[in-house]
Parts: sequence; structure tokens; C-alpha cells
Amino acid sequence: MSSPQALPRWADVFLMPVLNLAIAMAAAAVVVLFVGQNPREVMAVLVHGAFGTARGLSYTLYYATSFIFTGLAVAVAFHGGLFNIGAEGQATLGGLGTGLVAMWLSQRLPAPILLPLMLLGGALFGMAWAAVPAYLQAYRGSHVVITTIMFNFLASTLLVYLLVNHLKQAGGMAIESAPFGPAAHLPGMHEALAWLGIEWPSSPLNISLFLALLAAVGVYALLWHSRAGYRLRAVGSSEGAAAYAGINPKHQVIIAMGLSGALAGMVGMNEIAGVNGKLLLDFVGGAGFTGIAAAVMGRNHPFGIVMASVLFGALFQGGAEVSFEVPGFSRDMVVMLQGFIVLFSGAMAYVIAPWVSRVIQWFGRRSRTARDGDPVKLPEATHG
Amino acid sequence: MDDLFIGALIASTLRVATPLILCAMAGLLVERAGVVDIGLEGKMLFAAFAAGASGAAFGSTSLALLFAMGASVLLSWLHGFACVSHRGDQVVSGVAINILAAGLTVVLSLAWFHQGGQTPSLGNGVRLQALWPGAAVVLQGIPLIGAFVGPVIGDGLLSHNILVYVSLLLVAAVWWTLYRTRFGLRLRAVGENPHMVDAAGVSVVGLRYAALTLNGLLCGLAGSYLVLAQSAAFAPNMTAGRGFMALAAMIFGNWRPVPALLACLLFGFLDAVAIRLQGVSLPGIGEVPVQAVQALPYLLTVILLAGFIGKPAAPRALARPYLKER
Amino acid sequence: MNVITPTPDVPTAAPAVAVRMVDISKRFGPVLANGDVNLRVLSGTVHGLVGENGAGKSTLMSVLYGFYAADSGSIEVFGKPARIRNAHEAIALGLGMVHQHFMLVDTLSAIENVMLGAEPHVLLRRADALVRARLDELMASTGLHVKLDALVGDLSVGDRQRLEILKALYRGARILILDEPTAVLTPQETEQLFAVLARLREQGTTIVLITHKLKEVMRLCDHVTVMRGGRVVHESAIAQSSIAQLAEAMVGRKVNMGRQGDAPAAVGDVVLQAQGLALRDAMKVTRLHGLDLTLRAGEIVGVAGVAGNGQSELLELLSGLRAPDAGRLQLGAESFEVGHWLDPRTARRLGLAHVPEDRHARAMVMDFAAWESAVLGYEAQPAYSRGGWMRHGRMREATAALMERFDVRPRDVSLGSAKFSGGNQQKLVLAREIGQSPRVLLVGQPTRGVDIGAIEFIHAQLRALRDAGCALLVVSSELDEILALADRVLVMNDGRITGELPINECTEARIGLLMVQEEAAA
Repeated sequence: MSSPQALPRWADVFLMPVLNLAIAMAAAAVVVLFVGQNPREVMAVLVHGAFGTARGLSYTLYYATSFIFTGLAVAVAFHGGLFNIGAEGQATLGGLGTGLVAMWLSQRLPAPILLPLMLLGGALFGMAWAAVPAYLQAYRGSHVVITTIMFNFLASTLLVYLLVNHLKQAGGMAIESAPFGPAAHLPGMHEALAWLGIEWPSSPLNISLFLALLAAVGVYALLWHSRAGYRLRAVGSSEGAAAYAGINPKHQVIIAMGLSGALAGMVGMNEIAGVNGKLLLDFVGGAGFTGIAAAVMGRNHPFGIVMASVLFGALFQGGAEVSFEVPGFSRDMVVMLQGFIVLFSGAMAYVIAPWVSRVIQWFGRRSRTARDGDPVKLPEATHG
Repeated sequence: MDDLFIGALIASTLRVATPLILCAMAGLLVERAGVVDIGLEGKMLFAAFAAGASGAAFGSTSLALLFAMGASVLLSWLHGFACVSHRGDQVVSGVAINILAAGLTVVLSLAWFHQGGQTPSLGNGVRLQALWPGAAVVLQGIPLIGAFVGPVIGDGLLSHNILVYVSLLLVAAVWWTLYRTRFGLRLRAVGENPHMVDAAGVSVVGLRYAALTLNGLLCGLAGSYLVLAQSAAFAPNMTAGRGFMALAAMIFGNWRPVPALLACLLFGFLDAVAIRLQGVSLPGIGEVPVQAVQALPYLLTVILLAGFIGKPAAPRALARPYLKER
Repeated sequence: MNVITPTPDVPTAAPAVAVRMVDISKRFGPVLANGDVNLRVLSGTVHGLVGENGAGKSTLMSVLYGFYAADSGSIEVFGKPARIRNAHEAIALGLGMVHQHFMLVDTLSAIENVMLGAEPHVLLRRADALVRARLDELMASTGLHVKLDALVGDLSVGDRQRLEILKALYRGARILILDEPTAVLTPQETEQLFAVLARLREQGTTIVLITHKLKEVMRLCDHVTVMRGGRVVHESAIAQSSIAQLAEAMVGRKVNMGRQGDAPAAVGDVVLQAQGLALRDAMKVTRLHGLDLTLRAGEIVGVAGVAGNGQSELLELLSGLRAPDAGRLQLGAESFEVGHWLDPRTARRLGLAHVPEDRHARAMVMDFAAWESAVLGYEAQPAYSRGGWMRHGRMREATAALMERFDVRPRDVSLGSAKFSGGNQQKLVLAREIGQSPRVLLVGQPTRGVDIGAIEFIHAQLRALRDAGCALLVVSSELDEILALADRVLVMNDGRITGELPINECTEARIGLLMVQEEAAA
């Protein structure tokens, strides 16, 4: 029986992520110094670019929206005990679903009916793309990590095939579909704010941000307040206990991945319905993988994920600003920082934990580990 | 289809397959030892950059190879530090390495070479050249069979650089190591039942780090191939998913060297054929879209994993961190 | 890694005493696993080490083999004092151990498994030739035959055990320790094993047999040491012992047969009936040999016996966690057969509650807080959820009430399940199951890891439940507990019920004999 993490809860949930982030940033700063830039200057430009202007803030939130969807997707799967690397492919399929519904119905239905249908289409397509690997894991034992990686590639080739051969706008050179009718357009934030009489610069940010926040609240409610969430977490945590409780682990695998895929599929509302208004290639742009980073940083909690998504959105937007203003800099530095974050918050999360634990115990007398001398089981040769 | 076409196809297959073979062998060694390696893509990319950068800076093929292998070994050891020495999640670590490599390579490339992320083109003195460049012509001169042998064997098999042949030899070397040496026996055991190996007095951590080191060396060769043989310079994200295809080939080959080699050749063949099949109508099937052929490697791997073609035989202790407990 | 030479440093004329353990004591926390244990194993003999679970025999051998360091005492191997700090030092001294759970790699061949870690050459082909030669010798001289090139995954359990013995002998073991070797063998394989052991003894190998199967001890051993509660309670040559003597020594205790003034209430109707329960595990070893069982309202049926004889499997079958290979079950008004067996949800619906043996992997979700673990299995009840949503307020109240009723400490419903001490976890689980006022309650090891003060409390709760008309099945490896609680005692051995006794007919001698008996009850 391995010893449980000896960190008190506040340290585990709050201190460790902050510490890991700090280390990741320090590592990135070292690289920045190494290539002859000034980390502080870079950071200042980045922060200003991300939050300093209304336009910058909008871009930050626009990026964050997709990350929230994919981050929630990864987190839901994690709580069910699965690693969903396939959010990228599921988001692609979601966009496809949203786009197909739009192409089919945008001339025939008004926006209030069409938009929810597009959302449904995106969610269902994403769900289906996740359900197949889920089924294969539950019933045929195929490891969900490998199958979802494969499905990512299959998704992008499928999209290319459909766009090139069937959906491309006739006569055009670009590999895109014809633009959807106006009913399929999800209002931009500047439009929505204009209705309220507030002036706001135009940007890709659209009201799917609210959908994302709603989804975050919904995931929270589902996981910790619903019976379905209780069962999902039980299976993710202890399959033996779940079986004892009469919960079917195979069903839960499919439910968890299905939900996960549906959430990832909602990226379609942001990118296809909100920003582009047509189907095109590579609209997901790596959000599936940033979602993994957001989930890891946000400790798989919707609140943490929203925060982490905004952070990554800020890095992306700020990074773009920096690449304009600081010579020799590009957005790839943000990608690198992202890599450090996943490395330290994810893979090396518990490398520094013993040190932190020692420091905490040295400072405080109270530790929450159980201590009232419970008799130790005799090691028996005939155990289980 | 004429002989020129066949010759070109064979040549193309081998060229595409070579980095796949090297990465697949790398992944195989480590996964047989029980450590999941999703990071093949990132290691290959980083190695490619290292080769491109050092090749441009020092103008030496051997230094380029050395730096590439060194860089890749460092990343492998990082993976080991997170997952073998500590209990990090092996998949997350692999994903982190991929993302890190993608970003770090371009950052360094921009900073050092200012060419939008690309490293300077390497001259012919640095790049790997064909070992027998005149082979095709010579063979074609042979009476009677020359017209066939020239293209097919001359072009197809003999027109390659040394790394292509080295990679094929390495498959044999990996096979031999795995099945004919003491180290290989212990490696295979540690991926199935690390407790047993530990109880027998052999260090689990030591074996895994040895596998990781070999893994780094092979990924380093794969990355250098991209820059020293295929293109002439490093470009951002130039691996384009090949690391994952190598992973798929390894799995499709059921974690065994020779089947993995065949899988790499198959995937290489599919790649070679994909472009050439465009617009061509096959009897009975009609026109095959290029994307369908591109998707085949991944589709086949899924079908294998689902147990529809044979039974997947992943090492039993794969992905589980080894905890020394009594 | 140095190649272990197959001939360790053993004097050619082995002294009379192979192993001498003097005043060995070992404590784990407050538990005394071994108390001043003295053991003397004569060279070239088979020595039986007998006792129930928790008697300390496994600990003693673990100390000898270097897995643990004794707190005090000394060890001599072949007359020389020895400090054994790990298994490798033990092997170097000529000790070899065959564990209950084999340490083999299924995908490798038998000979590869033997070699691993002690390969005589870097190149496998050469190593193989060398090892094969030596193994052929060993197999010829001992009569132990294993197909060296077969994959271990294809070998039967008996073959695998032979392989483990071969492995130990290859590394030069002169003293072989076997831990419950016949637990997984068929009768024929047991016979074969005995033949091998006899032959090894002829050749001068010393054998220590850890077992609770007294018949085997009588047949095979030259000497026997009986342990109980961490101490040696009996030691003799087999020629001067009888099974009855050994059984009584193994089990005997000052049992308080009179219980606190309760006469068993009138026993009611049959609530659960099982017939012909048979089960084979993944390795095709039979775990249950067609068992019959009846439970009536208002009684506590205790299942006694050394752990590992099918009790766990029985609980899994009756609670619906597993389906048998054959058999029928009648629970209340519904009946179940192979093909549509009981499942945990249906079991709960029919009023069957279950306190599992394995607290950590089954009874609670360790990552959940107490108030979430406290409804595990019952989350769909209207008290705890409505319309698909969990009722947190109610759940917390209910948990607080359970904690109050069963004195679970600390009284913090938000505390993580893993943070409670073992005893308090157990109390919470019991509170949860008993709180459902079930018609049938299955309990596995009710007071394992529970401190003395709480044991009486838990027993009182179980009795109260019985008085209220529930039928209880209590499985425990603590005979004291069975005798304190049960109205009727079933004794299990080797997947069979070897005897059934009403409580007033239970004596140490009778139960002890039943625990080692091989045939099912007539």
C-alpha cells in the first residue's frame, strides 16, 4: 500500500499548481535569457498585449473559449479514469457537425432555432468520435490513449477529404466551404455589447464564451452534484468500489468519453459558427492539446480550467503581440512555455512535492494525516 | 505500371520508411521495458533541429549526428526522470515533450539563425549522399535484364544514403539484442513483471534507463535523417506526425522488431502510393481519394488494437510506474 | 551484476542443524508478530511450520529470508551466525524460497525464467546451453520435470511451482522454504510435489514447509513447530504427534464460551439458500467445490477457517460481485442461476447488504469524502438523490448520524475517506450497511484493523441486528470472533464446508480438526 500524498489539501490544490507554474515560467525565462532576450521586457509586453487593451482582452478570451471546451473535455475523461488525448480530433468533428448543420439548414431556419441545432450537431459529432475509442476500450480492451491519437489523424484526413472533394465552394481556390447564411452566424461580442449600448472593438470573440462558461458550470454541477457524476467519479477513482456499488464500469467509460467528446465538439460553435462562418481546414489549431495543458494546470476542476484557459489565451494573444514588437521572438515561445507547464504541472508534478511537504511540516505542527495509532495489518502470506 | 514506376515506388517506400523504422525501434525498446513513449515525435523533431543547427554551425556530418543523438538522449532521460525515477504519468510526460520540442526548436532556431524558424540549408558536404549513385546506370547496362534490374534494383534498392541501410541493419541489431543477449532478456522481463526482475537482483531503474538511452540514440538518428538526407534544413514542425506513425507501426507490429519493420515499410509504401494514386482509377474500386490512403496506417492500427486482426500483445507492465513495495 | 555461482559457501559435511533461529522477536507497530521464537531445523529433514493466519509463521520465514530485520534475536545458518539483510544474502547462504504468488514472467520460457538475473553468459545461446546442462542434471537427480522451452503462460500451476523450486535449486538452495505450496494444487499435483520433496530430502536438502494442512504435515514432515499468536506453542517430532494434538495446539485458546447473557432468539424463515456453488479461478484452480448454504432470519452464521480456502469467493458470489461456474441461489422471493446471476444492485434491492473484506479497494472510494463514501451503493435512494441530483444536505446529515451512532472519529463528514484510521473506516462501512436495516448482511473480517475498544461495540451492533430479525453471515479468520458471535458455525477448508456445528457444540479440538479436514461434511 503506497503512502498517500502527505500534503494537506490546501497545498495540494493551491500551492502546488502555483509552484509548478512558477517553475515552468522560470525555465522559460532561462531559455529567453539564453537567446538574448530580456524576460521581464517580454513579460511586460505579453501582459499588456493580453490584457492591456480591449481588443487584446477580446482575443485572449476568444482563445480561452476553445481551451475551456477542450479542457473540460479532458477533465471529464480524467475524472472517469481515462486520458482523452483525442480532444483535437473530437473538436474537428464537432466543427464539422456544426458546419454541416449550418450548410444544410442556414437558408431555411431562423437563427434562434438554427443555432441550437448547430450546437447539437457539433456536440453529437464530437461525442460520436469519442464514443468509438470508448467502446473499443470498454469492450475490446484497446487502450484509449493510442486509439484517440489515431482518431486525431483520422479526423484531420477526413476533414481534408470532405472539404476537398465534397464541400468545397465551387469555383474557388481556397479549401473552404461556401459561407453560411446569416442565420448561422453566432453574434460576436462586439455585436452583443452594441445591443446593450456598449462600444467594443470588433474581434473574433463571440458569445460562445458564455456557452463555455455555462459548460464549466454544467460540468461542475454534473460531476459533484449529480448522481451520474457521482458514479463517473467512483469508477474513475476505484473500479473495485464502483463494481461493489453495482456501477457498471463499461457503461461509465462510454458515458465519460461521450460527454468528453461532446464538450470538445462545442469548439465548433466558437470557431465555425462564431468566427469563420464557413468550414475550413485546421480551425482547431492545437486547442485540443492546449486543453490537456489547461486540464493539468487546472487540476481537472472547472474553475481551475477556466483560469488556466484564460492564462493560455493570454499567452497566445500576448505572444502574438510580443512577436510583433520584440524582434527575434515568435509565438513558439508560448508553445514552449506551454510545454514546460505540462511538464512541471503534469509529469513532474510530484517531483518537488516531498520537498514542499517537508517544508510545510517543518513550519506547521498540524498535519492532516491520520495518526491515531491504528494497528497495522500483519503481513500475511495468504492475502488475496 | 512500368519498371521505372516500380523502381521509383520502392525507392520512395524505403526513403519514407527509414525515419519510421528508426523511431519504431526506439519506441519498441522502451515500451518492451514497460515505459510508454508518446514523445517520439518531439524527440525526433528536437534531434532534427539539433542536426540542422550543428550541421550549419560546424559544417560536419558527424557532429550533426552527434548533437542530434545527444539532444534526443537528453529528452529521453528527462522522460525517465519524470516517470521512472519519479512517479510521473508517462503519457502526460510524452505529451509535454512533444509540445516542448515544438516550441523550443523554433525559439532557438529563430534566435540563432533568424530565418523564420528554418535552419540554413546544408550543403552537399554535410548532407548524406547516396552510397552508389551510379548504380542504376551501371545495372541498366546489363544485357537482357538491364531494363528491369536497372530501375528496380538500381534505383529502388541501391540508390540510398547510408542511413537507410543502417536503419535496416539496426532492426537486425535490435532483434539480436532483444532475443539473443542477456540484456535483452532482462529488458523483456522488466516490461512484463518488474517485481520478478527486482527480486532476481537486477535493477529495474537501470534497465529502463538503458532502454531510454538507446531510445534517445535511435530517435536522434531518425531526426538527423530528416535534415541530412530528406530535406536540407530544419523547418518548424517538420516531423508532421511521423513520430505518431512510427508509434502506430510499432503497435501494428505487436511490439516485435521484424513485424514493426514490415509495418513501417507498409506505411511507407502507402505514403509513396498515395500521391501517385491521385486521379488513377483502380479496377473495381474506382478512384481512391488520397486521404483514404493517408488514413490507412492509422485505421489499420485501430483495427489491430480492436483485436480484429490478431491479438495485441502489449507488455503487461506497460505504463505502470514501478513501486518497490513489499 | 555478478553471476551467482550455483554452489554457495556451504561446508561439504553439513552440520546437523541447518537453521537455528534464537529468540526472534518482531513487532509491527503495536502488533507482536513474533515473540521470542526459537526454531531449530535439522539438516536434511522436512520441517513443518504450522499455524493459522496471523500466527507468525510467514513473518518468521520472511525474517529468515531477509525481507525483514528482526527486532531482536539471532540466526545461524549451517552453524555460522548470519546477518541476513536482503534476499540476495539469503540466497548466498543457501536459502531458497518458493512464495505463494509465483515470481514468473508468463511470456518467457521456463529456462529463461530460471536464468534471469543469474545468466552465466552475455550471449543467450551460450547461457542457454550452460543452464540447460545444469538443469538437466538437477531434473534428473530430483525427479522434478519441467518442459524448459515451454512458455510459462502455458504451464499448469503445478508446473509453475516446480519451476519455482527448480529456480531456487539452480541458485544453490540447500534449504528450501515453501509457503503454502499445496494451496493451489490438485490432489495429483500434490502427490507429485510430495514425491519431489521426499527425493530432495534424500539428497540432503533441508525443507521448511509452511502450511496449515495437518494431514500433509503428518505425511511428509519429520518435525513440526506449531505457532500461535506470534509464539511457539508446540514442537515435536512427527513420530510422537497426532493430528488431534497439533490441531488443538494450532487453535486452542481460552475461549469464553459463555457469552454475555444472550440466548439466541427464535430462528425464523429461510432468507437465503445457495446450492452447489462451484467456482474456478482464472488459473483453473477450483476455489469452491459445490457448496450449500442456508441462512435464516434472526441468526448469525459464522464461517471459520484459515483464510484462502474459498471464504472470499463465497462472499463474492453471495453478494453478486461474481458469478459461479455452477450453482443456484435463492434470495427472498427471487432465484438466480448461472447465466443470470445476482448483481450488487439487485442484491441491495432484495435487502442484502455486504461489508467487504477489502476495505480499500471495495468498501469505500478513498478519494471521496466521508459523506460521499457513506452512500456508496445507495446513491439512487430517494433519501440521497432526487431527479438525478444528489442531495448534499441530506447526505451530510445522514453521514453525521451514522458517525454518531457508530462513534466514528473524527466526527468530520468532509474528511477524506482515506484519512480515517482503519478502525474508523470499518465502523463507517458497517454503519452504512447496517443502517440500511438489511434482511441479510454479509460481513467479511468485521474487525480487521479495528482497535480493541471498538470490537466489542461492533459485535454488539451485529448481535442487535440479529435480534431484530436479520440473517448474518460472518466470515472471519479470527476464531475468537466467530465463537463470540455465531449461533451456528460453518468450517471451511479447501473450498468445502467440512463441518457445521451449533455454537454449544464447538470446542477447540473439533473446530481445529474441521479446519484441516479434507472431505466435505457428510
